[in-house]
Amino acid sequence: MEFHALHDTPFIFPNDAHPVWSIMIVLYPYITGMVAGAFVVSTMYHVFQREALRPVARLAVVTSLCLGACATLPLLLHLHQPQRALNVVATPSPSSAMAGFGFIYSFYMLVLVVDVWLLFRPAIVERARSAPGAWKSVYRALALGVLEITPRAAEIDRKLIHALSVIGIPAACILHGYVGFLFGAIKANPWWSSSLMPVIFLTSAVVSGIAVLTLLYLFLCRRSRMEPDEECMRSLSRLLWMFLVLAVTFECGDLLHVAYEREEEWHVIRELLVTKLRFSYLTLQMFIGALLPLLILPIPAFTRFASAGFRRACTGVAAVLVLVQVAAMRWNVVVGGQLFSKSFRGFVDYPVTWFGREGLLAAAVVLALPMLLLWGAMKLLPVWPPSSESESGVKT
Amino acid sequence: MSLFELPIVTSGPAARCASGGCATGGCTSGGCSSGSAERASETSRREFLKTATTMTLGAMSLTLLPGAMAGDEVPAAALHPGGPAANKPMYGFLIDTTKCTGAGKCLTACRVENGVPEGQARTWVERYVHFKDGRVEVDLVPEIGYAASGEPQPAAEDVLRAYFVPKLCNQCVDAPCNQVCPVHASIKSPEGIELVDTDRCIGCGYCVQACPYGIRYMNHETNVADKCNWCYHRVMRNEQPACVEACPTGARVFGRVDDPESEISKRLATLPTSVLKQHLGTLPLTRYVGLTDEVT
Repeated sequence: MEFHALHDTPFIFPNDAHPVWSIMIVLYPYITGMVAGAFVVSTMYHVFQREALRPVARLAVVTSLCLGACATLPLLLHLHQPQRALNVVATPSPSSAMAGFGFIYSFYMLVLVVDVWLLFRPAIVERARSAPGAWKSVYRALALGVLEITPRAAEIDRKLIHALSVIGIPAACILHGYVGFLFGAIKANPWWSSSLMPVIFLTSAVVSGIAVLTLLYLFLCRRSRMEPDEECMRSLSRLLWMFLVLAVTFECGDLLHVAYEREEEWHVIRELLVTKLRFSYLTLQMFIGALLPLLILPIPAFTRFASAGFRRACTGVAAVLVLVQVAAMRWNVVVGGQLFSKSFRGFVDYPVTWFGREGLLAAAVVLALPMLLLWGAMKLLPVWPPSSESESGVKT
Repeated sequence: MSLFELPIVTSGPAARCASGGCATGGCTSGGCSSGSAERASETSRREFLKTATTMTLGAMSLTLLPGAMAGDEVPAAALHPGGPAANKPMYGFLIDTTKCTGAGKCLTACRVENGVPEGQARTWVERYVHFKDGRVEVDLVPEIGYAASGEPQPAAEDVLRAYFVPKLCNQCVDAPCNQVCPVHASIKSPEGIELVDTDRCIGCGYCVQACPYGIRYMNHETNVADKCNWCYHRVMRNEQPACVEACPTGARVFGRVDDPESEISKRLATLPTSVLKQHLGTLPLTRYVGLTDEVT
């Protein structure tokens, strides 16, 4: 097989003219990535005792939960027969990687829901006692009728939170590593088929989780007129930089491997990169989204250069760029992999539309919904850590 | 050895040998070549019974898997030419590129027979034109034929050689589309033909991505996955697929490969054939005569 696009008339298979997977399939790994990434940040505090991350530990799990609650939405919007969506869990095919989604997702969400409930139980119980009017009933329901937390119960809760956080780490890794596997295991597509795909997805997931959490923290502090915790910001910057180094290393390593071996698929991938993905891959994913944050982040992560405000701004800018990087990466994988025909002799276009079930507006709504949920959750639950450990009874 | 090949063992020479079914001295496995030493035979029989019991239990447990219940009633390997003859007919498809003239009759026949929407295709024919200056151009044969299409054609004096390659479902024994379907909507018929259960398909498109040959598509009228199924409904009526019937040159040959007297068996026995994208290991049942390197 040889790729002739440069020399010959392009030719695409008739069924390859329109990419099957839309922007919704770009959003699905983008959102699940943030779910996994935000949870990993919370475990840094709850499992690995990084005290500096205490200010965002609760926010991290709640963010993860809100994002997770919306993770299936893009899939539903994409399915051509959404009314049959539950077939995936009702009659799953054991040979299909995709069939694992329902179980992996459900397990992860179960861990997350229980974790969040235990984490906020002291606050829920306290509010069930003191909240006025209808709120009292809401909190009583959330407390599942148990309005007292004995020291022994608090101790059990603490252990359970620890255990769930520990279980949640591999669960989050599986949740997103599995998403990478969905693409990596497609031998029909040389742009996807790679054993590194789960690792690439996982590291970029952590990166996006840290980035979104950083931005949320900065935004919420600004809105509450709070000064962001300097050590927390430094710690987030370090984590972001470290995982970005890993993500970019894996992404580049995978591509360099294909480029260096120069097997038959390289011809089509090279063409793809220098034509269809020139802006989204080279400019957005690699330069603006990766190189710039890698240069910016060491300032807030490892130096005391200039003022704390300047360093915060550096972290914020880098976090935005990183979110662009991860979005571009998802786009380049999902859409990029469908921009060449399986004839390997020609390219197609992905028509971006504004309206419709899989249009840009629907995508914007899907992205906004978790934030809306988070706003609601913050009305209901205290995402900032209590002023002292003793106040809550458990390590929060 | 794959689990699906287990029945082969029980019906093959090794099994006959183990159960004492072979002619004395005729066995080459060495287990009972000199006469029939009773103890050896008993041990062998016991071993066989043990193995057979294990295999039977194993096979029974396999049927408990949803995959076995919904789609894999027949051992896939049994349907591959060269595999064991099962109780079901074994079909094959042969494309002779040296006979195809690009008439396009097969394309219309398929579209009409299967109600394929415009802009999508269960089968198509590619034309490869090698020019004297080294260029290779590939295009699709129009359904109405080149003459009626009005498209400018290459000048004969510039062309070194040209040929046509019809494409259709390869009916892979190890079909990636079947493997990735999350809900058993991709099923193998008892005859080993890959089908889509349109009542079960959720329209995720994973099978479309997984097919290396670009055969599958999301039918934009029915909103479920669709593909060539060798006109299964016609085959079950002992008819030929629509494209085969319409082909004026005999470039498409369909038939039972387990019948040595069928045309396809005779041609497979005499002509060197190959398959598309062999390196992917999908084991296509659609075979080609005259396939060249350029064809993807």
